[in-house]
Amino acid sequence: MSEKKQIPEVDIVVDQEAGVIREVKPEHLRSKSGHERRVNTSVYVILVLMSVIWLAPFVFLVFQSFRSYATESGAMVAYLLPKQWSLDNYRWLLTDPSSKFLRWYGNTLIVAAFCAVLQTFMVLSVSYTLSRLRFRGRKLIMNVVLVLGMFPGFLTMITLYFLLKQLGLTQQGAVPGMILIYVASSGMGYYISKGFFDTIPKSLDESARIDGATRAQVFRMIIMPLAKPIVIYTILMAFMAPWGDYVFASYIAFGSEPNYNVAVGLYQWVNVADYQGFFTRFCAGGVLVAVPITILFLALQKYYVEGVTGGAVKG
Amino acid sequence: MTDLEYFKLSKPQKMLRDAGGFFARLPKGIGTGVRKLGMLIVNILKGIGANLSDLVTTFKDGDWKTRLSYLIMGFGSFARGQWGRGLLFFLFQTVFNLYMFFPNASISGCYYLGKLSTLGTIETYKEGRRTVYGDNSFFILLYGVLTLFFIAAFIYTWRVNVKQNRISEQLLKSGHKLKTTKDDLDSLRDEQFHKTMLALPTLGVTVFTILPILFMILVAFTNFDATHQPPSKLFTWVGWDNFRQLLSSDTASYGDTFRHVLLWTLIWAFFATFLNYFLGMLVAIMINKKGIRLKKMWRTILVMTIAIPQFVSLLYVSKMFAADGLINTYLMKWGWISSPLPFWTDPTWARVTIIVINVWIGIPYLMLIATGILMNIPADLYESARIDGANAFQMYKKITLPYMLFVTGPYLLTSFTGNINNFNVIYLLSQGKPLSLQLSGNAGHTDLLITWLYKMTVNDTNYKLAAVMGILVFVVTAVINLIVYNMIPSVKNEEDFQ
Repeated sequence: MSEKKQIPEVDIVVDQEAGVIREVKPEHLRSKSGHERRVNTSVYVILVLMSVIWLAPFVFLVFQSFRSYATESGAMVAYLLPKQWSLDNYRWLLTDPSSKFLRWYGNTLIVAAFCAVLQTFMVLSVSYTLSRLRFRGRKLIMNVVLVLGMFPGFLTMITLYFLLKQLGLTQQGAVPGMILIYVASSGMGYYISKGFFDTIPKSLDESARIDGATRAQVFRMIIMPLAKPIVIYTILMAFMAPWGDYVFASYIAFGSEPNYNVAVGLYQWVNVADYQGFFTRFCAGGVLVAVPITILFLALQKYYVEGVTGGAVKG
Repeated sequence: MTDLEYFKLSKPQKMLRDAGGFFARLPKGIGTGVRKLGMLIVNILKGIGANLSDLVTTFKDGDWKTRLSYLIMGFGSFARGQWGRGLLFFLFQTVFNLYMFFPNASISGCYYLGKLSTLGTIETYKEGRRTVYGDNSFFILLYGVLTLFFIAAFIYTWRVNVKQNRISEQLLKSGHKLKTTKDDLDSLRDEQFHKTMLALPTLGVTVFTILPILFMILVAFTNFDATHQPPSKLFTWVGWDNFRQLLSSDTASYGDTFRHVLLWTLIWAFFATFLNYFLGMLVAIMINKKGIRLKKMWRTILVMTIAIPQFVSLLYVSKMFAADGLINTYLMKWGWISSPLPFWTDPTWARVTIIVINVWIGIPYLMLIATGILMNIPADLYESARIDGANAFQMYKKITLPYMLFVTGPYLLTSFTGNINNFNVIYLLSQGKPLSLQLSGNAGHTDLLITWLYKMTVNDTNYKLAAVMGILVFVVTAVINLIVYNMIPSVKNEEDFQ
């Protein structure tokens, strides 16, 4: 499956020409009809327009993050390009004593790092077991998870909040609390990696078993090395999710500002605190969060694409 | 009707027949469901009966080691040299007994179980300046449920413990050797490997998902809200009152608001799923078109919206559309409009804006998925279609679309249910606003059930209604899933992939 995807250009919409024989020729030898050229031009126009729409908000965000806080305002203003470019906002975020940004950033980073390790461990054990081992109760487990998945996740939060509060894992202890919440139930998100394990031929396991390997050895020495793409995909997803989580984080850290994650903290700046003054600071903070995550994501894009396409096909 | 006759029908006739077929199957489907449920109950009863009679025979036929195991769990295993298993059984029994009959009565399982029917009767009161705490309904309910869990687990373990004795006896009688503790440990890496792998995830899901869900289902039948908050106040069982309050249309109830929010939730989920699906597919087709260069660049540009955390992009975009945001101010500066467009203040505008922005978020995902699938469609299908003189649109309709729908059927379903619970997009864009006097319970015109649930919890601490709403979200999701699973042919035969 993955090999097929490597073939770079298979065309789907085909030109209207009836001359089929000419189609076989390589692209550059073929004389393009006026019609096809017109179609291609309009596709280019659409794609360029789309690129502008897709990139514009991010470009605007960067522009506004560089607006000088001292000589202009930190509020939303009626123009886009800063009159004076400066690093005021970044300086404030990183050095001002009243800015909690670095703390939030650290919180999120810790949560994301722990999740990346522990959640991957959980997801892979569940998906491997359900995909390749056969035992009593396997179908039952899958059905129970399916039904549990139909309840809105936030419903459990209400109970968990009080439970965690008993353990001191809310507000002051929000960071370990968040890790616990994200990791504990993460085994339920096994679908995509199970789909991946399903595609590895069973004969591999069987021949290893005949050679005397235990099931644990098969998992460690045969399957894991083959599963690199899905391991990377799972780590990537587990690492990225905490950066965007608002709903759980806002509830666990409720009212305890130093223990917010970046999403909750910046949300407060934009919507609850006086956002008029904090708007450009929000932009700068957004840039600081988005840049590393985006670079990481684009670098590992290949694995992400394999994961989502595989997952969508298997459902 | 044969297949051939079916194909001869015109488009509307076919659709009519398909839809009719679904409803024609519905009674039969319900019938099958009821029958299956009946069978299940019969099977459960039979199972209990078989277990009971097995318990009796084990006791009658067993030696003294077996018989003593009925009282002291794990005794038989110990006596037969399987000390590992024996120890586990014994430990479990000890912990269970300690929990149930703890000397300090107010934290023992029996205490909570006894109070479960009232959820506490002793009020908290003030004695001068000192507060004397009474019962805490929250913990009574929570630990009550936990105790029930524990009892069920105990009965199961006890049964396994008895069964072990029976099996061991029979093995010894037929001259076999019993497994040593070392064998048991080794098997955890081999035959019983699934237990090793699933132990931690199961524990996590049980404590952090199943227990809370059961607890919240029970909360839906209590009056746990802002005026009944432990530890200072008790709450108690109220039956179906909360469901009535949320669903009926009296002035004091939320019925009208609920229907309003539910309708919007479904409209939203429909557009968020299908609009993104078709537009995303279209974009994928455009990028994959023969003769289009820089395919990788176009894809990467679109994928940016996936990479950047949603709270950054959505919060920023939401501000772009605000009354004093970039879009309105520039449109006014250019003189195209004289007053700001009501993106977030008019209900219809807000809804359309949200759906459009969600297209911006959603197209890249679908573009990626569709690209992968489109590449797998055999090229000769198109080749032969072209020889038959089909044009681009016909090929799309007859080859691309059916193939995509067939392959992504299950994905569409998960994506639809995912959108019903799509908290982030709504909350970060509009927080459910605009609010309105026609709606009660703080709901706004763009609130989904899930964001309304969040507001009820965080702003109003109205846990009882939040719980009811959670259950209703479940019902909606489950019904949609059932219907769709009935309609799409079961394409998923797991083992086929292996």
